[in-house]
Amino acid sequence: MRFIFKTDYGQDIRLAKHGGHLFWYGALMLVLLLAPWLVQEYWLAQLTFVLIYAIAGLGLMLLAGFTGLFSLGHAAFLGVGAYTQAVLTNMGLPFPLALGCAAGLSAAVGLVVGLPALRVKGIYLGIATLSFGFIVEEVLARWESVTGGNAGIHIKKPDMFGWALDSGEAFYFLCLLITVLATLGILNLLRSPTGRAFVAIRDSEISAQSMGIHLAYYKTLSFALSAALAGIAGALYAHQLQFISPDQFNILQSIDLLLMIVIGGVGSVHGAFLGAIFLITMPQAIAMVKDYLPPTIGQAPGLQGLVYGVVLVAFVLFEPLGLYGRWLKVRTYLQMFPFYRKGMFKRQKSFQKSERLK
Amino acid sequence: MQLLQLVISGIAQGCIYGLIALGFVLIYKATETVSFAQGELMMLGAFGGLAGMSLLGFPYWLSVLGSIAAMALFGMVLERVVIRPILGQPAFSIVMLTIGIGYVARGLITMIPNIGTETHMLPVPYKDEIWHLAGLVLNVEQMVVIGVTGVLCVLLYTLFRYSKLGIAMQAASQNQLAAYYMGIPVKRLNGIAWGLAAAVAAIAGLLLAPITFVHANMGFIGLKAFPAAVVGGFGSLPGAIVGGLIIGIVESLSGFYLPDGFKDTAAYIVVLIMLVVKPNGLFGEKLSKKV
Repeated sequence: MRFIFKTDYGQDIRLAKHGGHLFWYGALMLVLLLAPWLVQEYWLAQLTFVLIYAIAGLGLMLLAGFTGLFSLGHAAFLGVGAYTQAVLTNMGLPFPLALGCAAGLSAAVGLVVGLPALRVKGIYLGIATLSFGFIVEEVLARWESVTGGNAGIHIKKPDMFGWALDSGEAFYFLCLLITVLATLGILNLLRSPTGRAFVAIRDSEISAQSMGIHLAYYKTLSFALSAALAGIAGALYAHQLQFISPDQFNILQSIDLLLMIVIGGVGSVHGAFLGAIFLITMPQAIAMVKDYLPPTIGQAPGLQGLVYGVVLVAFVLFEPLGLYGRWLKVRTYLQMFPFYRKGMFKRQKSFQKSERLK
Repeated sequence: MQLLQLVISGIAQGCIYGLIALGFVLIYKATETVSFAQGELMMLGAFGGLAGMSLLGFPYWLSVLGSIAAMALFGMVLERVVIRPILGQPAFSIVMLTIGIGYVARGLITMIPNIGTETHMLPVPYKDEIWHLAGLVLNVEQMVVIGVTGVLCVLLYTLFRYSKLGIAMQAASQNQLAAYYMGIPVKRLNGIAWGLAAAVAAIAGLLLAPITFVHANMGFIGLKAFPAAVVGGFGSLPGAIVGGLIIGIVESLSGFYLPDGFKDTAAYIVVLIMLVVKPNGLFGEKLSKKV
């Protein structure tokens, strides 16, 4: 068990709380930097996908996990980012400019969607974002002069002012850089007054409001930031796949993103990464196990949906803090070795609170 | 005449949306949770009817009744096993839970060999019959949808207005804690509300089956019932039906008069406008919390 003896206020908001953090995150960084030489090309591509989904997950985590507004149409922001990037890159814009535009446009769209969030909450907001997601998907499919309609659109390799990133390794490093920047940005945001305001809104809107937090401003800001991150992820997603079509940004993708943060652990930055790892490795794991199952089960097309559903239900019922919560329990168990008690993380029983009364 | 024709087919489609929305509202009123699995319950109901008719060889009415009863039971079991343990948790976890249930239901149906991946026709006695009435061509399948919805509305109204059970459910939905103190078995009522919602979903599935065929993905229509519930006001039973009718008619008219693409998004555009203009819906109650 580690006790931190705090001697100044700066220690409370330091990103790395103690030497252990520095060591382990440094080691993780080193492994990630060496990854292109350690793993095969296929796994490197999967790792790139994990990073991309983690960026989108960070955005959704900020919105759902830290501000308490949940979006059922987040794939729409991913789609806006991806299509902006595709169109601008094909027009010959260099990568950083196109990425900036993708993030900016997504954020602008997020602002527009955030507007109903000021008046409605809870399930109504979910339905507003769901509706918006459907409308964006339809626009992407119908606006053929720009998006290529249902036939999809091809996208060129990213180009940094004449330096083309045409290998998988180079693109991996680009994604890694953006992920690290996004993570540091989110961590920094969360220890700033803005981040604290988000968390206050999540915990109780009324008390946040009475502490002088401008609800409309912060909710809209949260939507915009979340959408911008989703837009960046979408842009990278488009480059990684090199081909995008509207059906990649449908309701199922939105649900996948939500599933990712719930399984990773709502309300923790780690959760976005753990969820992304889960989301990418799950289909691979199913594909591996498939061959050992009897063919009527193993080859059935519904297997993946079934497994996702069961895992989701199991997590909501038994581990509401997700994979990160499970890790916290394991870590606490190890740290306190013989003294861990069963009820330490027991969920508090609570009464049904009515949402109808605002 | 053409307009009337479009309105009638819109009403029939709207009745389906309304019935699914009715399920949402029943559950929302009773337990303050939103079920995203309602569309999948509808799909299960339709498959139940199909299994009764084609696998077991029951007559039409028996398999319909059997399917509805089985779904009601399934709804109650579902509530007992997965929903009750997390009552009182944030709405977000329950939404994710019901999405998970939907995934499981769809996955399980798809995994049934040779049946799950096909589309089936429900052999109803009134298949492909058409009435001609004063120049209108009326599809009997659609007329049955409208008729059954009307009867169901009257039944539910009677239940909630006159029966002891219905009044107890109203009390529990207004204030759970107070209802509990008055000796109303709130937990059992929650189970009954889920059962009722599942039964209504099964009826919607059986009514929709002759029009669109039975397949594993028919539950996605449930996503269009959300706009219906919101337009009507989420906590209002008549609102759900009216909202469904509005969505159905708007969809049918926009499919004919507006360019391609508006038919599929009409419901969502209507609900977004509704949320901006009148977030509580047409019949929604407006209450505010005292701190």
